[in-house]
Amino acid sequence: MSIASNGIEHEFSSGTAGGAEQAKPTSGTAYPVIRTRNLSLTFDTDDGPVYALSKVDLSIHKGEFVSLIGPSGCGKTTLLRVIADLEQATGGDIEVNGVPPQVARTRRDYGYVFQAPALYPWRTVIGNVMLPLEIIGLPRHERHERAKAQLALVNLTGFEKKFPWQLSGGMQQRASIARALSFDPELLLMDEPFGALDEIVRDKLNGQLLKLWAETKKTVVFVTHSIPEAVFLSTRIVVMSPRPGRIIDVVDCDLPADRTLDIRESPEFLKIAHRVREGLRAGHSYDD
Amino acid sequence: MTTEAATGAGAIGRFGRRVARVTGGRVIPISTVILVLIVVWYLAAIIVNAGVVMTLAGDNVKFGFTDFIAATWSQDRPLLPVPHQILIEMRKTILDVAVTSKRSLIYHAEVTLSTTLLGFLIGSVTGILLAVAIVHVKALQKALMPWIIASQTVPILAVAPIVVVVLGNIGITGTLPKALISAYLCFFPVTIGMVKGLTSPDLMLIDLMRTYYASPAQTFWKLRWPASVPFLFASLKVAIAISLVGAIVAELPTGAQAGLGARLLAGSYYGQTVQIWAALFTAAALAAIAVAAVGLVEHLTVRGMGGRR
Repeated sequence: MSIASNGIEHEFSSGTAGGAEQAKPTSGTAYPVIRTRNLSLTFDTDDGPVYALSKVDLSIHKGEFVSLIGPSGCGKTTLLRVIADLEQATGGDIEVNGVPPQVARTRRDYGYVFQAPALYPWRTVIGNVMLPLEIIGLPRHERHERAKAQLALVNLTGFEKKFPWQLSGGMQQRASIARALSFDPELLLMDEPFGALDEIVRDKLNGQLLKLWAETKKTVVFVTHSIPEAVFLSTRIVVMSPRPGRIIDVVDCDLPADRTLDIRESPEFLKIAHRVREGLRAGHSYDD
Repeated sequence: MTTEAATGAGAIGRFGRRVARVTGGRVIPISTVILVLIVVWYLAAIIVNAGVVMTLAGDNVKFGFTDFIAATWSQDRPLLPVPHQILIEMRKTILDVAVTSKRSLIYHAEVTLSTTLLGFLIGSVTGILLAVAIVHVKALQKALMPWIIASQTVPILAVAPIVVVVLGNIGITGTLPKALISAYLCFFPVTIGMVKGLTSPDLMLIDLMRTYYASPAQTFWKLRWPASVPFLFASLKVAIAISLVGAIVAELPTGAQAGLGARLLAGSYYGQTVQIWAALFTAAALAAIAVAAVGLVEHLTVRGMGGRR
């Protein structure tokens, strides 16, 4: 396959949903898929306000793979949920594909992968992948074709008729990625998708995800708390810090596109990892 | 040949394992318990019936020990009939009598069963609809729940005659008024179970439906409803047993025309204890069959939904 050598191409892939296309300017690679300005989110709790996000300014462009990294409570998951319209900001602006997240959600502009596979136990693997397609209302035949193709993309061909409990944790999470991609959204939001897996499986899935990203040219926003994972996968790393949740550094990660796991021993890799670690350390005052 | 033989042997092995799984390790404990119960029953019958035997015999009759025991086990109207008396009565009223006869327990069981099933149907559907309403409209939870719970504190024995008589006066007679009593009892576990079941999906699964911009109807049919199926069957098993109790209770005030309840009442009017116990045994068997039937449907449904639960 020529996927790896193909690398990252900051191009508009054709064949996206027609409705979504109109709202986008066609200026080229600089078009931000996600843009936030002064974004804030404060939860009112019984113990007083919790500043989950504070003055977040971030632009994510088409075809990028951006990781949000930081300790727990830094708002990285919250930011992802605001992008997905699962949470509403209390201040500032956010646009997803040029529209508010509420509108982007109604257009099904993104696929979301949760920490857990969140597969329906009463559905087969292919039944799970077809779920969003059923909701969108695709005809039966097309649902089946698309789901099969997506499962092939995550190397799950032959497991279509299995039920989730018959699959390993890594396979379940791959099925959930296939489900998020089944309706071909241009944006993929991933919330620590490999956090619950052991390191060996995780390394393998990281490699597969990178390949999948190169193949599909999706824009990916990836939440993690693993530095090697972030450096290995990303084109850009957003370092966040808690209390209040904010961005403290954005690290460009200009490693070659066809990365293998070996790259993690290279000086370039270690340099970027070091900068991320420094950022995390600076932002995290261990006063508690 | 060899493969055929092997698959044959495999099938037998599988069958054997299946039998072992169904009965597996349970036959001995269960039969032991039954045996102990029967022994206790026969001993209790001697003690309970002894007084009556002696009174009837008078002072000048001398009993041998075995004759005395035999007498306590073979009275016409004993205080406590022994199992073989009940079984003989059941054979007489189930096998030896035409099923159309008013003396046939099959006839009475059929009357009770049709009331039970109609009541179960009405009660389950009502229970499910109430649960759906409660889950979807937050205000209803506060408004309805106290009434639903209060409804079950009303003694059904007091309400049943009122319902049957009132409905009878406006021309509704037969199975329906009795079924309503059954439904009144059996909707409750269904509502409670289904509220729990419909709210059982993990928050993550609900969020997932949100990311697909699924309509409330889609979220219901594709997530909440299938997730509630195990809860539904647990509730239905309780409900059908309660429904049978409701049907029997509802038969009491109708002047004991037909049904196992009527049979119980008639038995107690005339001191026919054996008849009472026979009706009781039949009711128990009916309940066991009904619960097992629900269990079978559950088994088939769960297998169709991925099995491992």
